[in-house]
Parts: sequence; C-alpha cells; structure tokens
Amino acid sequence: MALTDLTAEQSITAIAAGRTSSEDLVRAHLERVEHDDWNNFLAVNREAALARAREIDAMPQRPPLAGVPIAIKDALSTRDLTTTAGSRILEGFRPIYTATCVARLEAAGAVVIGKTNMDEFAMGSSCENSAYGPSLNPWDTTRVPGGSSGGSASAVAARQVPWSLGSDTGGSIRQPAALCGIVGVKPTYGAVSRYGLIAFASSLDQVGPFARTVRDAALLLQSMVGRDPMDATSLDWPDPIVLPTAARLDGVRVGVIEELMGQGIEPGVRAACRAALNRVESLGGTLVPIELPHASYGLATYYLIAPAECSANLARFDGIRYGRRAEATDDLLEHYERTRGEGFGPEVKRRIMLGTFALSSGYYDAYYGQAQRVRTLIVRDFAAAFAEIDVLASPTSPTVAFRLGERTADPLSMYLSDVCTIPVSLAGLPSLSIPCGLSDGLPVGLQLAGPAFSENRLFDIAHALEAAIGFDPSPPGVAA
Amino acid sequence: MSPDAWEVVIGIEIHAQLLTRTKMFCGCALSFGDPPNTHTCPVCLAHPGALPVVNREAIRLAIVAGHALGCEIAECSVFARKNYFYPDLPKAYQISQYDQPICGPGCFRYLTEDGEKTLGITRAHLEEDAAKLLHLGGEGRRANAEGSVVDFNRGGTPLLEIVTEPELHTGPDAASFLKQLRQTLVHLGITDGNMEQGSMRADANISVRPVGATGLGTKTELKNMNSFTYLERGIAAEVDRQIAILEAGGTITQETLHYEPGTGHITSLRSKEEAHDYRYFPEPDLEPVVPDRTWVEELRAALPELPIDRRERWIREYGLTFEDAEVLSEPVQLGDYFEQVAALAPPKSAANWVRGELRALLRDRGQEPWQSRVSPAALAEIITLVESREISMPSAKAVLGHVVEHGGQPREVVAALGLGAIQDEPALVAIVEQLLADNPVQAQQLREGKDKLIGFFVGQAMKATQGRADPARISELVRERAGAG
Repeated sequence: MALTDLTAEQSITAIAAGRTSSEDLVRAHLERVEHDDWNNFLAVNREAALARAREIDAMPQRPPLAGVPIAIKDALSTRDLTTTAGSRILEGFRPIYTATCVARLEAAGAVVIGKTNMDEFAMGSSCENSAYGPSLNPWDTTRVPGGSSGGSASAVAARQVPWSLGSDTGGSIRQPAALCGIVGVKPTYGAVSRYGLIAFASSLDQVGPFARTVRDAALLLQSMVGRDPMDATSLDWPDPIVLPTAARLDGVRVGVIEELMGQGIEPGVRAACRAALNRVESLGGTLVPIELPHASYGLATYYLIAPAECSANLARFDGIRYGRRAEATDDLLEHYERTRGEGFGPEVKRRIMLGTFALSSGYYDAYYGQAQRVRTLIVRDFAAAFAEIDVLASPTSPTVAFRLGERTADPLSMYLSDVCTIPVSLAGLPSLSIPCGLSDGLPVGLQLAGPAFSENRLFDIAHALEAAIGFDPSPPGVAA
Repeated sequence: MSPDAWEVVIGIEIHAQLLTRTKMFCGCALSFGDPPNTHTCPVCLAHPGALPVVNREAIRLAIVAGHALGCEIAECSVFARKNYFYPDLPKAYQISQYDQPICGPGCFRYLTEDGEKTLGITRAHLEEDAAKLLHLGGEGRRANAEGSVVDFNRGGTPLLEIVTEPELHTGPDAASFLKQLRQTLVHLGITDGNMEQGSMRADANISVRPVGATGLGTKTELKNMNSFTYLERGIAAEVDRQIAILEAGGTITQETLHYEPGTGHITSLRSKEEAHDYRYFPEPDLEPVVPDRTWVEELRAALPELPIDRRERWIREYGLTFEDAEVLSEPVQLGDYFEQVAALAPPKSAANWVRGELRALLRDRGQEPWQSRVSPAALAEIITLVESREISMPSAKAVLGHVVEHGGQPREVVAALGLGAIQDEPALVAIVEQLLADNPVQAQQLREGKDKLIGFFVGQAMKATQGRADPARISELVRERAGAG
C-alpha cells in the first residue's frame, strides 16, 4: 500500500510503529502535489514542510497529529506562504500572520504542504471563479470538483493529501466533498476560530475539515475547535470531539424533508440518498418526515445577506497596504476603481454590487432587513424540527459533478447547487457530507445536519452509515 | 431684520479619545507622537482575515461617561459598520454604533453665572478613530500636496461620540457647556481632553430661525474647532453668514463646513447631495454588548463627586463666588489642592491665596501648586498666622516665597527669618511717635483731617520694621498719638 493511500489515522499509527516517518509521508505527498493533474495547488510549501517534518521526527514525544501532511484552502492566512483567496487582487501576497485554526493544527503536529485552489474569495460552487484556473474533479477531469473549496476536496480525493481544510459559507465544504466523493464537515458557527480566514460573509463563514473517512475528519476537527481570544464569535467548546465508534443507529430519529428528496434533485442523486436512508432503517434508526416551512426562502435570503456582508468585507482590498495595485494614478477614486476593477473577477463584482444595493439607503429594510427576519424564521424552523428528530438528512447537492463551463453563463443555476446546504448555514448548525454511492460513475453526497454542538452525534451517525455503505473513495483512473 | 430678530439653534457633537491602554478592537498600545506605524497589527491594518475584539475598558469608560451625562445605559447595544472608502480607514468601514448606541438619552448639568443649566444629550456611542493622513508638500494641505502618507498609529483608537440636542443658543453658552463637559470627562479619567492634539474634537450643528418660530431652520455642520475660543468664533462667523444669506432672501444649503481658525474663513467640505450613503449594518464580527446590570450599577455607585456638584458645594458651603469656583475647579488637581487647604484654614481666604498669591509666585517657575514645595498644610499655616495677626501680610508673602523656594514649615521660617509681627506695644508706640516727630508737616495735615495720610505713616512704619508691624495696629496708634479723629 502506498503511503498516499493511508488515511491520516493509519499514517499516525504507522509512524508510531516506526514503519514510516513524517518526512517520508510529506515527501510522498509532495510528489503527488508537484505532479498536479487537477490544478489543486496555488502554492507549495516544500522546503518548510520537509524541515518541519524532520523536526517532528526528531521529537522525543510526538504531537498528536504526528507530522501528517495537510493542505490548506487559500482563503486561510498563512505567514510567509502566499495566500491569494483565488483572487488576482492578492496575487503574490505573503501574509504577516497565520490563521488561528492553522496554527492550532501545526501545534498539534500537522504539516502544511500547500495552499489549495478555490473560487475567488470563496464565491462559487465549481472552482471556476478562481483567477488561477479551475481545479478539476479526479473522478472525471472534464467536470468541476465543486466549490468554493474545490482544490481542497479534489486534493483529498486525488490522494495528494490525506486531509485538508476548507471553508463553508453556504455549502463550500459540503458540496465539493459530495462532488469529489469524500467527507466534508461544516462545524457549528463559532466552533472554529475565523481569525485568519479571509472573510466572505462573516456571519456564515466556518472553517472545517475534508478527509476520506469520518474518523479522520473528527480527528482534524478535534484539534481546531474552541474559543479564540482573537475571534469574538468563537465559542467555548462544551465537550471534546471524540473519534466515532458507533456501528448501529438504534433509537436515532432521522428527519427527512420530502421537498429536498423530490423535484429539482437529479434521479441518480435521489436514488443514492434513498438507498442510504434505507440503511438508516436497517441499522435501527427511524425516518421521520419533517417540514421546514421557510427553508424554500433560504437561497434568496442567503443571496442578500452574504453579498451584503461581502460588500463590506472586500472593501479593504484597495491595493494601498498590500496586494496588487493598478498602475499609478493621481486621482484617489480612479485608483480605487482601477485596482478593484482589475483585481476582482466578475462573480465577485456581481456580489459586491448586489450587497451594496441591498444595504443602500431606502432599500436596506426591504432587502437586508427582510432577509435577516427570514433568517430568524429559518432558525426557528430548525429548532422546532430538532425537538422531534436527532439529525436531518438530505442530498448535499442536487446533482453530481457537472461539466466545466456548464453553468458559468447562468449564475442562478450555479447558485442552485447550494439549495440543500444553505438553510443549514443560515441557522449556523453543524452538518457534514458523506459519500453515499455513485450515479453514472460520479459520487453522490448525503448531508446530515444536527443542532448546535451536536458534532459528536453527527460523527457517530455518519460513521455507522459510512461503514454500512462501504463507499470506495478512490476515483478510477487516479494512479495509486 | 436685525440680528435680534433671529434665534440661533446649536447642537454639539463631541468626539473624545478614551484613555484606554490599548486600541478599541486590538491589542496595540495607544500612543501620541511615536514614530509612524509602530503601533499596528493585522487587525488595525485590516489585513485579510483579521477580526475585531471589543476592548472591555472602553465599554467601562463609556458606561461611566453615560452615568455622568445622565444617560440611560442600553441593555443591549450593537456595533455597526459605517462604509466608505478613504485611505485613513483601512477596512473601508468604520466600526461604530448606529441605531443601538451604548448610551441613550440623557441630560448634562452645567453651571453658568445665572445658575445651573441643563442640556439634553441625544446619545453617546463607541467607535474607532481613523488613521492619520499626512500631506507632504503644499503646506500640508490636501489640495496642494505632492503626496499623502498614512500613519496607522492613531487608527483604531477608541472614541466616544457624544451628541447633544439642539438646545444651545449662543456661542459662549456652547463654549461654557463644552468646557464643563470636557472637565467632567477629564475628571472621570475618560479622556485627556487635549483639544489641540485632537484627543477631543467638537463639531457644531448650527441653524437660525426667526424669533418665535418653532420649526428648525436648515442646519450646517461646522467642523474643526479645536479650542473653546475657536468654537465661539466659528459659531459667530457661521451665524453671521446664515443671517446674511437669509436677510438677502437666500436659502441655507445643508452642508458640512470647515472653519479655518487662522483666517476665520468658512469653506464647504461637502453638500447634502454629495453626502455618503454609509450603508450601516450590524457588525457581524462582534456580539451585541450586553453589560451586566450589577456592574452597570456598581459603576454608577462608584462615580466620584462630579465637577458641577463640587463647584456648587464650594459656592454653597464655602461661600465662594461663581468665578472662584470656576477658576479653582480646573484642573482637578487644583481643586483637590484647594480643598485640602480649605480643610485647615478659612475657605474664602484659602481660595484667595491659592488662586492669587500662590499661583502668581509659581507661574514664573512653571509649577502648579500641587507640584510645588508648598504643601496644602503649609499654605493653611501661613493663612492661619495671618488671620491670627501673628505675621503681617507682607511677611506672609515673604514666608510663602521662602517656602516656594526652599520648602520648610512656615512657623519655623517666620522664626528663622525674624518675620514675626512686632508684638511689643511700647516699641510700636515709640516708632509711631518718632515718625510723627520726624514728619511734622504731614502730622499737622493729618490732624486737620487729611485722613489719607494715615497710609503714609503706615507705609513709613512698615519700612522702619521691614514689614513686621501689623498695619492695622499701626494705623490705630497713628490716629491715637497724632490726636486725629
């Protein structure tokens, strides 16, 4: 078995048993990163990663993550390592500090080997909005890996790394996880510090893990959660994340929203999800039909709140203190217009304009204000649902991976990729996507969502289902 | 119409930098005059991914200020983003408060010669200061500059913005209010109140209306008045300008104006049409501020005596004049010093000595009473010696001069320098008789009723005794011995 086939957990065991070293593991993965057929990496941290691996190998007491390599979405600030958020406006930008979650993982013994491709400023569902060209799906390189964390998902599926970090605002971890056939977790809002995550929509953004097993995802999250004095919205974490062991789902009540199993969902996706729900029952769980009356307004709500927040969050990119600056001009307004006009791609500009409009005097109440009110109703819908169920199940994405270019001309069809994931994001709840089968040879993801802080429960349920489904996360055609 | 036909309506907005150790939303130290860009971090430089965290001390100071302004302290207040592009604002939004400020409506009491007045406070809210732009060349003015550079040291300094109701009607009244507001904030340690350095800044919203009218005229906002004098002058200039326009049949344009103290000129910064749409919305990176009510009440209970209450007490209990109280109350250390003297000596005399002789003597040395070698007890001792006629006034001044110079106990100084009043009655009589004998012409005139010659003889006697005689006793003896009325 190649070193790159190992899960993180297996790698840690192998290192502990002396069968391999961090340096060997990092080297093997760097090999695959540097022969990148999927355009997954925007920066490779070769020398620093190898040095760190040797350092960890020399430690008398290994840190818990033992020197296992990891890839980081380029939306996370990494000191001295180029960080662009997939945008031209941050071309060549080397941050002066490291994001808290990355620093915590490094302290726990993870070795950062590179930064992964993404939709510019995390705006997109296909990775095609990257200023550096799209990442490709290892299951079919004519198809998108999903987005916005497309590079992080594709890299894990292609075994360039055993695990990686992404960020999820409306589905940016779960949807690419589904399209690449891996596990992706969006934790409870506030579970992981956002300090150092280049903000898209502050009230929705969360950092989370990608991995090829539920246990690996739990292991990674374990070292990241908890309050950070640098992020006022981060939370004290009640109970430590534990690695899931459950094999049965006895007594577990799984809520199913019929609307999300019907129209607008591809038949192949529907069938794979149905099959997974049947497994729930065979493992001892019960299916409970539930309703989220306001969930259908989720997409519209999201596309007011997220652009509104992004219009302010992205205003700092003016080329004055850092980043790419347009050719000098004597006029301040012209400087802003040129720098931002040249630096941002079309989707980013579209959302900045949408958000600016939604916050404008005279429109605020009808758009942003109204969206916030609907968001409150959606939060209440979930609270009511979780009085009756333990976990909510639905497809993660209405479709399998679509072809490159298929939706770029029609933003609305692209936005619909996140129709199943967005309501959960608006409510700030934890959810994850696990692969539940194939449709025409392409992976289908099942989304599970729970009440706030229910990560351990979600991991247990996902772990039991994962074992029962027995999905093989190796894309055919990707060499071992 | 004459100027008397118009009523002036003024509201003031004050920005006060708070005396916290660190900035509003990050851990960088507050500084003034340090090399540029030495107190910065990813947060106050708005690097990608950086997040604000609220400074708890700023919340505390805002609540203390709110109590002093008689404001309601909000159960829940919310930070909001105020969006606009400018190089001194690195995030391109200022974190401020909008529809839910930390301090709600209040009422500020201040003292004038006509007694206590009140001014409605609309609100007070927390926000962060912008960075400082420096314009190179072109005499430091933006319009003519060759280039501009940014110093982010100031960026992120906590500010309390206080907005008053439009209830002031004259420039002097506005200045009087602002002086006492400043005094109160400084007294409570909320701000250092340095208007020249810009740690406290005031803008005035000004309108005029015909006397008797109830609605408000169109207002203008006058900025950049960095002293009380400029505030008064600026208001006067703007009021004149508005009245002149209205009397010529014109209308006032709602705009933001800049007052140039040097020339007295008023220039337009921007009109209402050019006004920004700030697109305020709640700051998603920060939780609402919900201060613990017990804490809020503790802060109220711990409020020290306010300057106005102190001044009113001095007037009421010590019999000071409005002016005495005003002079002695500022700065607060002077008031403290005065109170310590007044505890040991008659307060009215204490007031005269502190604001008169003592400050005059110290002025040349560039010292303030509380920094000098004259302890409040020493000054009180000198006053007591004078009151009990143990030393004469000239001797007292000499003693004070000595203590200012060398320190020491006044009684010991009196003894050492032999400045004690001459108590020996026969000696005084001898001196007076000798003077009358030596100056027969004057003595005769005195007897004939030229009473002011008493002064002449007292003066001569003081000269003869090097000031150690009690002038009152000398005056009595002169009358007695000369046989004058």
